[in-house]
Amino acid sequence: MAALTREETQALIQEVLEVYPEKAKKDRAKHLMINDKTLESSKKCITSNRKSLPGVMTMRGCAYAGSKGVVWGPIKDMISISHGPIGCGQYARAGRRNYYVGTTGVDTFCEMNFTSDFQERDIVFGGDKKLAKLIEEIEMLFPLNKGISVQSECPIGLIGDDIEAVAKKMAAQIGKPVVPVRCEGFRGVSQSLGHHIANDSVRDWILPNRDGKHYEKTPYDVAILGDYNIGGDAWASRILLEEMGLRVVAQWSGDGTLAEMENTPNVKLNLLHCYRSMNYIARHMEEKYGIPWLEYNFFGPTKIAESLRKIAEHFDDRIKEGAERVIEKYTPVMNAVIAKYKPRLQGKKVMLYVGGLRPRHVVGAYEDLGMEVIGTGYEFAHNDDYDRTIKEMGDATLIYDDATGYELEEFVKAMKPDLIGSGIKEKYVFHKMGVPFRQMHSWDYSGPYHGYDGFAIFARDMDMTLNNPCWKMLKAPWQKQEAEALKKAA
Amino acid sequence: MANIMIRQNGAGGLVFYLPKRDLEAEIRSIEFDTPEKWGGELKLENGGSYYIDPMPKPARLPISVRARRLGAAED
Repeated sequence: MAALTREETQALIQEVLEVYPEKAKKDRAKHLMINDKTLESSKKCITSNRKSLPGVMTMRGCAYAGSKGVVWGPIKDMISISHGPIGCGQYARAGRRNYYVGTTGVDTFCEMNFTSDFQERDIVFGGDKKLAKLIEEIEMLFPLNKGISVQSECPIGLIGDDIEAVAKKMAAQIGKPVVPVRCEGFRGVSQSLGHHIANDSVRDWILPNRDGKHYEKTPYDVAILGDYNIGGDAWASRILLEEMGLRVVAQWSGDGTLAEMENTPNVKLNLLHCYRSMNYIARHMEEKYGIPWLEYNFFGPTKIAESLRKIAEHFDDRIKEGAERVIEKYTPVMNAVIAKYKPRLQGKKVMLYVGGLRPRHVVGAYEDLGMEVIGTGYEFAHNDDYDRTIKEMGDATLIYDDATGYELEEFVKAMKPDLIGSGIKEKYVFHKMGVPFRQMHSWDYSGPYHGYDGFAIFARDMDMTLNNPCWKMLKAPWQKQEAEALKKAA
Repeated sequence: MANIMIRQNGAGGLVFYLPKRDLEAEIRSIEFDTPEKWGGELKLENGGSYYIDPMPKPARLPISVRARRLGAAED
């Protein structure tokens, strides 16, 4: 059962919207909905992927964040140049904890910041020459890089630099792919367009590189798309697929390499975890190379078992048996985890506000622990995400799109969840309100959360946060005494 | 005119996808559906309708084509 009834939730939305001016109220009302499981399409109830209102505190990022931070950044043997002023690259550096194997600065480069450090004269006279020089320098200092991508920051688009021409020239000179990515931050309404632009540049500059070349195929080749290996997520997913007999050819893009990406058109099936950021390339590969794609969910044993069976459906009996074997192997382990943590977490209420796939994907994992998600929302989803969310969430739960700082606080005050899962920008607000909080963007510096191994960590972390004794100590001792004295007097 | 992609879903039905808007909707009906002539007006589940020039039925889906919007079911 939801925490509030449909009417109560409706009243809450009205109450929260009350403070906005008339026009803003009308706009924001379209972004909030009460879930109704019978709905097929979210279109009538929620509007998404629209420009945030000026004046409210939004949690969104920009197109550059979507391209450099999410899609291109984790490719470990490519160097992503933040082309423009230095801040964008520096403040976004190594923030997403995309784990990888390799020696940073020698053959892998994810944690480093490469930037053209634009100055006034570059804005006035253009930065193309600087970019060419920068690529030459990179080639001299880091000869083991496999390719370079140029991630444009806002000024590049504003002054109209021709990075494509530089990229073509330099690619010929150094004999490696140089990919210009037009992901200026001002494009689009959120990081979502950055994902799309990044996917399109991968499509145009990377995927066809090995077309027609010989490749040793097996009938069990798959690629993991949209797993960014946060805290080792992709590794925890990969071992399950390998255990059931599949060959994982590529990881996009967490701990991924250029060679893996170029080989992806040879796989039999694309496995898509983060639908929002990688569906574009999956759709492209389906059309051009005839590779089917499949969304899967590796959060929580119920969903993992479901997904493993769904994946196995696409292969022969050997893989189907493999999937059953894997599920059987881990079931006792998972039952032990659930037996340990479920009694401590049973019946607790959770509110989520994240991006990408998590607002719907982790619902199953919480349910496995006996917890209930009473509100969820995306920073930058589109309507197809909400179509998928409606089915996952309980009836009469609250769904919010691009929630503002104010709305989120008010919802939490009214709905009193026992746990909130959101990002770093919300973390300390809710800590100060005395509500247990987990960062669900970076797993609060823990992880992995994907796969069976991840679920054990997930359960432990949720318990650790929720049942932490510190939440009882938020009141100063003298305030406590006063309260007790009052109680005695009464 | 907009570029759209038509693909087949698991159940065998046709799905309409408009990349520019990330609009994904099932196709309720297609005007012409014979091997020689395929296309015409597409009616979508969300109430919208699009027109693609009739062509021989493609050997393989998905396929990207240019489409014209007829009925507005847009937001």
